[in-house]
Amino acid sequence: MTSTEEKIRFLAGTALMKGASPDLLQEISCYVFEKTLIRSEVILTEGGEADAMYFVVEGVLKLYKTSTEGKEQIVSLMRPGDFFNEVPLLDGGAAPANVEALSGALLYGIQKTNLGIIIRRYPVITVNLLTMLAKRIRYLISLVEDLSFRSVSSRVAKILLENAPGAAAGARLTQRDMAAMAGTAREVVSRSLKYLEELGLIEMRHHQIVIRNSQGLKRLVEPDI
Amino acid sequence: MAIPEIDTTKCTGCGLCVSVCGRNGLVLVESHSVFVGGDECTWCGMCEAVCEHGAISCPYEIVFSEQTEADS
Repeated sequence: MTSTEEKIRFLAGTALMKGASPDLLQEISCYVFEKTLIRSEVILTEGGEADAMYFVVEGVLKLYKTSTEGKEQIVSLMRPGDFFNEVPLLDGGAAPANVEALSGALLYGIQKTNLGIIIRRYPVITVNLLTMLAKRIRYLISLVEDLSFRSVSSRVAKILLENAPGAAAGARLTQRDMAAMAGTAREVVSRSLKYLEELGLIEMRHHQIVIRNSQGLKRLVEPDI
Repeated sequence: MAIPEIDTTKCTGCGLCVSVCGRNGLVLVESHSVFVGGDECTWCGMCEAVCEHGAISCPYEIVFSEQTEADS
């Protein structure tokens, strides 16, 4: 159990509480409850009931969607200081995605009714919340663009061909490198690599990406070939 | 066997990579992450994904399969 002082110190460092006075932080800390998770524990299920929003205090969680075929798309990773599940509290809907702990985690939660009180009473928090929602909308719009998928897969295919043995740019690449080169998120590159593997064009083998069908990759890059 | 590469000049010792590694392959030593996982690493890349400082990397070598080389 963390002390009120620790809660206040944590809250003061979050983007959502930016500009909040010590008195306000003290009041909000009274609304905060703690929740601990073990690795792999799912705290929210897509479509399920959502009655609280959470700050990540310790640990890492993944927010992800699952397709009807069971394929998982990580939307984002949440680290200490991040918060999640505010959307269903604002619109009254269900949880929009699944959230699972990738490690042991400590969360601070605020119940729906208490969040309502806070955002009605304190414009400084409301403005911070709107700013963060706006940032997330921008991120999700870019993700939607990228998940129009063929274009990203073709960009990843091009990067693989350009960095294959004998190519001028040959190098070892991380998924982060590929994401920067393709102008997309690392999560989208990860999915693109899985897609290329499903097509039989590449094989992911520990620290190697094996090109099994370079002509197929080239056709993705330039469909007219 | 390749292992994740750690740039100690970028590592802040936050320990997030240690906490997400499902094989317990990373530990903090003197405020830096150190790989101790031997052959257990599955190259899942989660340590790289979670590091906001770009301090840990799981780079891929891109190679042609023998079949592809024969085709080209």
